[in-house]
Amino acid sequence: MSARIGVVTFPGTLDDRDAARAVRIAGGEPVELWHGDDDIKGVDAVILPGGFSYGDYLRCGAISRFAPVMNSIIDGAKGGLPVLGICNGFQILVESHLLPGALMRNESRHFICRDQKLRIENADSMWTRDYFTNQEIVVPLKNGEGNYFADPSTLDMLEGEGRVVARYLDVNPNGSARDIAGIRNERGNVVGLMPHPEHAVESLTGPTTEGLPFFTSVLTSLVSA
Amino acid sequence: MTDTVAAAQAHPEAPQPFAELGLKPDEYERIREILGRRPTSSELAMYSVMWSEHCSYKSSKVHLRQFGEKAPKTDALLVGIGENAGVVDIGDGWAVTFKVESHNHPSYVEPYQGAATGVGGIVRDIISMGARPLAVMDPLRFGPLDAPDTRRVLPGIVSGIGGYGNCLGLPNIGGEVVFDPTYLGNPLVNALCVGSMRHEDIHLASAKGVGNLVVLYGARTGGDGIGGVSVLASETFDADGPAKRPSVQVGDPFMEKLLIEATLEVLHAGLVEGIQDLGGAGISCATSELASNGDGGMHVWLDRVLLRDKTLSPEEILMSESQERMCAIVTPAKLDEFMSLIKKWDVEAVVIGEVNASGRLTVDWHGEQIVDVPPRSVAHDGPIYERPFHRPSWQDALQADTPDSLPRPTDGEQLRATLINLIGAPNLASKAWITDQYDRYVLGNTVLAQPEDAGMIRVDETTGRGVAISTDCNGRYAKLDPYNGARLALAESYRNVSVAGAKPLAVTNCLNFGSPEDPEVMWQFSEACRGLADGCLELGVPVTGGNVSFYNQTGDTAILPTPVVGVLAVIDNVDKRTPMAWSAEGQVVYVLGDTRDEFAGSEWAHHVHGHLGGLPPVVDLQRERVLSEVLVTASSAGIVAAAHDISDGGIAITLTEMAMKSGIGVKAAVPADLDPFVFCFAESTGRAIAVVTPAHEAAFVASCAAAGLPATRLGETGGDAVEITGQFSAPIVELRRSHEATIPAIFAN
Repeated sequence: MSARIGVVTFPGTLDDRDAARAVRIAGGEPVELWHGDDDIKGVDAVILPGGFSYGDYLRCGAISRFAPVMNSIIDGAKGGLPVLGICNGFQILVESHLLPGALMRNESRHFICRDQKLRIENADSMWTRDYFTNQEIVVPLKNGEGNYFADPSTLDMLEGEGRVVARYLDVNPNGSARDIAGIRNERGNVVGLMPHPEHAVESLTGPTTEGLPFFTSVLTSLVSA
Repeated sequence: MTDTVAAAQAHPEAPQPFAELGLKPDEYERIREILGRRPTSSELAMYSVMWSEHCSYKSSKVHLRQFGEKAPKTDALLVGIGENAGVVDIGDGWAVTFKVESHNHPSYVEPYQGAATGVGGIVRDIISMGARPLAVMDPLRFGPLDAPDTRRVLPGIVSGIGGYGNCLGLPNIGGEVVFDPTYLGNPLVNALCVGSMRHEDIHLASAKGVGNLVVLYGARTGGDGIGGVSVLASETFDADGPAKRPSVQVGDPFMEKLLIEATLEVLHAGLVEGIQDLGGAGISCATSELASNGDGGMHVWLDRVLLRDKTLSPEEILMSESQERMCAIVTPAKLDEFMSLIKKWDVEAVVIGEVNASGRLTVDWHGEQIVDVPPRSVAHDGPIYERPFHRPSWQDALQADTPDSLPRPTDGEQLRATLINLIGAPNLASKAWITDQYDRYVLGNTVLAQPEDAGMIRVDETTGRGVAISTDCNGRYAKLDPYNGARLALAESYRNVSVAGAKPLAVTNCLNFGSPEDPEVMWQFSEACRGLADGCLELGVPVTGGNVSFYNQTGDTAILPTPVVGVLAVIDNVDKRTPMAWSAEGQVVYVLGDTRDEFAGSEWAHHVHGHLGGLPPVVDLQRERVLSEVLVTASSAGIVAAAHDISDGGIAITLTEMAMKSGIGVKAAVPADLDPFVFCFAESTGRAIAVVTPAHEAAFVASCAAAGLPATRLGETGGDAVEITGQFSAPIVELRRSHEATIPAIFAN
């Protein structure tokens, strides 16, 4: 039986269909989760997809963090449930304090959509184990507020503990501290990522298929767990 | 005090500010005739806005009729002109709806919100047909790149399109960005949306079934977007009330996203009898059109409308163009289920009226009747003008001023310099600074996006069935000859979807012109309509709908006549699409079609010499049709590796664009019978570059020969430069430097 991966829809979520498609292509079974329902249907892992939940009004992710579904996800994550937050999902994870730091307005003050080169810095998380460390990949990036910020001691701690999951190469598109594109929690089950691996799972529609291992990784992790 | 029907009968001669509302004396008289009394202030407001040029098409209708009268016979058209958007059958039970609209004037006044709400409005047109929106495109036109006002409007318009479309979750897959001095003070912001649905999900804007309920849902109604009606509010009724309100609407893309999801859910659950979006003229338009298209009668309790601002007068509520609102006709038995699904998406809804058999549209305000009109007289039977038009006095002189005597490059070094210069010209330069602010990936079905010739979207993930769209217009050609300019716009758009491997099916248009009160502008308009209608008939692609924008004019200077043409095409399997760029060294490069000494209206004449005169390139639609058939057939047979339209800038620009996209160079020879300059930069139409692998070369050439399409072998791909044998070689890095520097030099911080 394939693993059941929950994909949450908040009001204003946009990439939920894309995340579900990526799960399917990876060989998992996507399960729709609704923001207003704290029942996460016994899923094996959760994806918080990209978008503009609640219009990004107030502050990206600040309202979604209080949705009923997040209570169950936060509890689950603390117990080891694999959770991947992409873009707006990363912002929600930060607002939920499952990951440290903050995501600010892009340095250019423009929304930016581009094919972005990344280096996978850490292949030990539940969402990156199908990569190898230092693997270079290209996936789409699209955000207006993806400028990762944390105080120097937090950044040192993330680097020291190998918790920087991915870093921007060639171009830092949004001004993120130390070119950080994604980070993980201590345990490695929660990953936040600003670029969009779910848009790089089919050669027809993506610049590459190099985003797919994020989704196969969690399936591998669940089998070996 | 509220002006009621009773008061209008009791005080028939009360003076009314019809002129301030934009109504002519004879139009006001006609309203009195229809009603048999003076209109109430609410009725006057409704008629004034519904009979405006924008809503009634009163100056353009007599010309637009040709699109119906000359429509080619086709089985593809499921819903034609007159509905919110046309619907086209693309096979396998799928239908596609698409339309382009203008939001020019609001975008000049307030670039961000003007452009944002342009996207919002066209997306609601698509939803109201029952379709899920798939993608958007934005044909844009601005004054000179380096003009101070361009620096004001362009970044705001681009942010507005991105801010709204990105937040809505629709990929932006193409469009145009064109610069010309005539658009300074009159930027053009056209917005296109395409959506898909199953045949059985098509919905129409009609209020049928006596006793059915009229439900208004979405954002609350506020005081934004009230144009002329503020005259009523401030001068006639309450001089101390809130003064001029903003006439440009303010968009909330988050609400629009909820509206899409909520609307599709109630439509698919079978809970809706008829549906209409609220755009121009707001509740006036939605209620009168629904009633006029249905059983003919409707009663509305206007005081039930949910408001953002409690001080709004009934006239303002009727006219408000607040965004993100929809109106649905629902049977009483299904109302509870409808309301609960809408509520699931945190969207507000309220029953504001009921369908009846009275044949009248009646509106009450706190128990008093303020409107009692025949709905058809408001929605469909507005005034129609046969505006005078004549060929401009300067047209002959313009056509006589040919580019033949302009100095031309005479050697390879000069040709090379011309290429480097042109590839960085504002109209040909990379638009990535603009399009990188748009999400092209969301929804995961974007197969081709800018800078490809056409945007392409996968509609069915199982079969790979998809659609391609392109929008095009060269306003300079249209100025030289509006009839052929419109046919050239059609030809280019038709060609752009064809090179991608998709079969053209249908046309939408956005006709941007100066003032219809100027007989010379009106001539341009009438010629463009005639040309487009004739062209569509000749190519066998019907016009399914569109939009007219007049008064794009500052003082006596009108914009270039700009009939933007969008062509929708279908492809059985998007896997078979043809990309614009070659993918490897050693592929063989052909030019299809005939190259002639044609430079009038060209990018070379414009950018290098600032010249506009002569007659535009000859348009041969039969050749376009053959070219299309060859390319679509070759694409589905898998014998063409890449293809790219030849238009602005000519063959040298086309080859350069392909080389820059692929990163691999090309060596091409000038055919023996052609002058090198003409070969490089002439803008003859009906041409494309086609690239084949050696294995498929013979089959491809045979298919061209069988179709009678000239195919000339130019050379092969390879190296890291664009080389024209015996003339010049320009490295890709140098070409890119010129191509990519122009736009950021002005706008990047």
